[in-house]
Amino acid sequence: MADLTTEFLGIKSPNPFWLASAPPTDKEYNVRRAFEAGWGGVVWKTLGSEGPPVVNVNGPRYGVVHGADRRVLGLNNIELITDRDLFVNLEEIKRVKADYPDRAIIVSLMVPCEEDAWKAILPLVEETGADGIELNFGCPHGMAERGMGAAVGQVPEYIEMVTRWCKQYYSKPVIVKLTPNITDICQPAAAAMRGGADAVSLINTINSIISVDLDQMAPAPTIGGKGTHGGYCGPAVKPIAMNMVAEIARSPETAGLPMSGIGGITTWRDAAEYIALGCGNVQVCTAAMTYGFKVVQEMISGLEQWMDEKGHTSIDDFMGSAIPNVVDWQHLDLNYIAKASINQDDCISCGRCYAACEDTSHQAIAMTADRKFSVIDAECVACNLCVEVCPVENCITMVEQQPGTTDPRTGNVVVDTYANWTTHPNNPSATAAE
Amino acid sequence: MNSQFTPGVVPKRLSTEDLSHNFDDLHAPLVVHEAAVAADRCYFCHDAPCVTACPTDIDIPLFIRQISTGTPEAAAKTIFDMNILGGMCARVCPTEELCEEACVRELAEGKPVEIGRLQRFATDTLMKSGVHPFNRADPTGKRVAVVGAGPAGLSCAHRLALLGHDVTVYDARPKAGGLNEFGIAAYKSTDDFAAREVDWLMSIGGITIETGKALGDALNLDAISADFDAVFLGVGLGGVNAMGIAGDDLDGVSDAVSFIEDLRQASDLSALPVGRNVVVIGGGMTAVDAAVQSKLLGAEQVTIAYRRGREAMSASRYEQDLAASHGVKLMFNVKPNAVHGNGAAAEVELEYTQIIDGKLSGTGENMRIAADQVFRAIGQTLTMDGGLALEGRKIAVTDTGRTSRDGVWAGGDCSSGGNDLTVTAVAEGRDAAMDIHATLTGDV
Ligand SMILES: Cc1cc2nc3c(=O)[nH]c(=O)nc-3n(C[C@H](O)[C@H](O)[C@H](O)COP(=O)(O)OP(=O)(O)OC[C@H]3O[C@@H](n4cnc5c(N)ncnc54)[C@H](O)[C@@H]3O)c2cc1C
Ligand SMILES: Cc1cc2nc3c(=O)[nH]c(=O)nc-3n(C[C@H](O)[C@H](O)[C@H](O)COP(=O)(O)O)c2cc1C
Ligand code: SF4
Ligand code: SF4
Ligand code: SF4
Repeated sequence: MADLTTEFLGIKSPNPFWLASAPPTDKEYNVRRAFEAGWGGVVWKTLGSEGPPVVNVNGPRYGVVHGADRRVLGLNNIELITDRDLFVNLEEIKRVKADYPDRAIIVSLMVPCEEDAWKAILPLVEETGADGIELNFGCPHGMAERGMGAAVGQVPEYIEMVTRWCKQYYSKPVIVKLTPNITDICQPAAAAMRGGADAVSLINTINSIISVDLDQMAPAPTIGGKGTHGGYCGPAVKPIAMNMVAEIARSPETAGLPMSGIGGITTWRDAAEYIALGCGNVQVCTAAMTYGFKVVQEMISGLEQWMDEKGHTSIDDFMGSAIPNVVDWQHLDLNYIAKASINQDDCISCGRCYAACEDTSHQAIAMTADRKFSVIDAECVACNLCVEVCPVENCITMVEQQPGTTDPRTGNVVVDTYANWTTHPNNPSATAAE
Repeated sequence: MNSQFTPGVVPKRLSTEDLSHNFDDLHAPLVVHEAAVAADRCYFCHDAPCVTACPTDIDIPLFIRQISTGTPEAAAKTIFDMNILGGMCARVCPTEELCEEACVRELAEGKPVEIGRLQRFATDTLMKSGVHPFNRADPTGKRVAVVGAGPAGLSCAHRLALLGHDVTVYDARPKAGGLNEFGIAAYKSTDDFAAREVDWLMSIGGITIETGKALGDALNLDAISADFDAVFLGVGLGGVNAMGIAGDDLDGVSDAVSFIEDLRQASDLSALPVGRNVVVIGGGMTAVDAAVQSKLLGAEQVTIAYRRGREAMSASRYEQDLAASHGVKLMFNVKPNAVHGNGAAAEVELEYTQIIDGKLSGTGENMRIAADQVFRAIGQTLTMDGGLALEGRKIAVTDTGRTSRDGVWAGGDCSSGGNDLTVTAVAEGRDAAMDIHATLTGDV
């Protein structure tokens, strides 16, 4: 039986599903309900320095990209860090942690880039008994204009410096939360490492304008006729986040740095994918904001079932298992040859594969007068476009061509030896083929 | 070979192929693609109205989400947690009056999420794998007798076994399953599903079923109460209401439930005789099932004669339409006055009815319709009350199934409250088991 218990940086939680620092973790009321619903841990909504708290807009702060049936695919927000008093938050954290010793509570922090500011807040956080801190170097709107959040996360030197202060003035694990609004994610990750971070978490939200209100001629959500860019998250950002996770996992400088995966995690499968790419746990925001806390039940049951089916007894069993298989393009096997194949029993004759291939790919699908669709092997380059546009899952599949058979497209015999671009004759800088 | 037009009550009106086609699944099971599309429509509602409408409180949004995310086995577990006969309920529940009626997409678009068929998809997937998803708790050393192996008794027995008690189930009939085995329409429980479900349910262990043992014959309540730590009665309604009209003893006049029972147990449907002109008296699910199945066996004209209006019929509108779509004629506001015939039924005499001051009475206008077979489907009655206090014509019980006698619980059709549905019997059996458990382990 799969055991979902995770120990991330020595912090135990009954499962790898944590709520990310955001509205779901904004106060005691939410966090207690989240724990009752089964969440393994939370990263408390980001706290700022002592003093008058920030204020949020009083108009709409969210916008969404919908899929069919108004499914939430991407969420944009212009919310700031907590707008509640620091000490109220700290007291709540202390109370909840005392009542839920088996769950992880991490405190997210964002204070100005000055040593005194960190020196002031860290002992207060230490006092709560929380399990660790997460440094919010990622918020892309509002706070960044004030020199915090993403404004820090975009400057590796600042990350390193602040992380070092935190390690100095705080005894428990320090997680650095990264902004995706940079070119090379390994730079801030490496800076965090140099500063002594115990882990990085990624990603925070992506700069975005979700839509333009064509009547008001302003970005939505529109507040008094004006809009601003926000932070984008939800299922749509998962591929971007996972690439960043993989980059950190396989860059020699940052490989092995513990990671908490964030971005679009909505089902057990999303979580398993992040873990396979090396994350020790995952954090969720949009899925909880869309479906409520109960959504974690499916994540738990699904991950358990999949682990049982695969024979994994613990999260560690498969953590990072996919990392060795993430390679550069130039190392992909150019002798691997596949062809699309349409299962006529499953085909509903919509013609989407035909339109896609005929108009934009390799004219490799044949259509008869009575709407039968089939793949022309002599044209198919196995691009996968038809597979993905077909409305019936698994109706079109990619079939690997067996060694010894001839690829009718090239007339070449399929071989089972590996060969990549680095040795390819068309490559001007190819190293001599062996 | 006979035909639809052969007079009298005769077998072989249709070919074997036609019969097997007619008695196929009413709703074909969903294939993977259909299930994915159907599951996609669920909104994962908060405090979902569909759950409130389910007598067993299955967490419907959760199980549908588990189907969506490719784990129908986990979905099945969610279903079985609350309803161990979730497989049968997926086939027989009048979802149009329960979960699917309450579904927000019924309100939004008049097209509910297909909860029943999705439930079947999930439960079939798990049951096909042969896995029983529960393990028994440590033995408690307590022994419980369950009388009646219908949905109420089976659900109670499973929950008790799960909690570590040893259960002996007695049933008067030669086979377990109750009306799942003997009553439910054949096209709702194909491929011997009822029996397969009982075997699967039993595989949890700790349950012994003794068939052919009726309470009231060799067994009596005093004796089993003394023998066991607790007793649960789920004996259903064994009797049938009589019509009490002239000619109701003629050949060709019989109880709808025994006709359905013969049909369910028949190894060869073509050997089963059915009339050319069949009249079913009644307005419930039993009437609809008898009428539709007569039609499917090859009867030419089948009529349901109900004494009140359409709205008062206890068969749902969906069931009524099902009957109509099979060519059954529905007659409302008519009551039978006599069956005429020389030895065997030939005609039913019906009288139009009216309601005056809330009372049903004949209008005096009569008609006769051809009927070589007449089925009584005017309700079942309790036959075994074990000397317990009654409420109306059923065993009086509390919310958790306690009867007037200490140590004796009851649930399902035989007990007060409820609505004579399979799913309600399952809920009552389960809840009684929880109360028995609490009582036996001193947890109340
Ligand atoms: C024709 C028909 C069609 C129906 N169709 C549907 C439907 O489509 N959907 C739906 O939800 N509901 C339907 N119902 C109702 C549903 O079948 C019942 O509500 C349900 O079976 C009740 O379960 P139970 O366990 O209380 O009783 P039963 O299923 O009646 O089981 C009682 C069991 O107790 C046994 N028993 C009786 N007396 C004794 C005794 N003295 N000693 C030992 N054992 C005894 C019987 O042999 C039987 O096995 C239908 C009912 C009928 C009659
Ligand atoms: C409304 C909203 C507010 C957020 N506030 C914070 C915050 O205060 N601190 C922080 O570190 N991240 C914040 N985030 C980012 C989330 O923690 C998370 O990194 C991001 O939403 C990606 O995860 P998701 O795709 O599961 O939503 C916020 C996100 C949203 C939608
Ligand atoms: S979600 Fe709640 S707080 Fe937000 S706009 Fe709607 S009602 Fe107001
Ligand atoms: S897209 Fe899929 S379903 Fe549509 S015609 Fe092509 S193979 Fe058939
Ligand atoms: S009411 Fe309908 S849409 Fe809502 S959870 Fe239930 S099945 Fe899904």
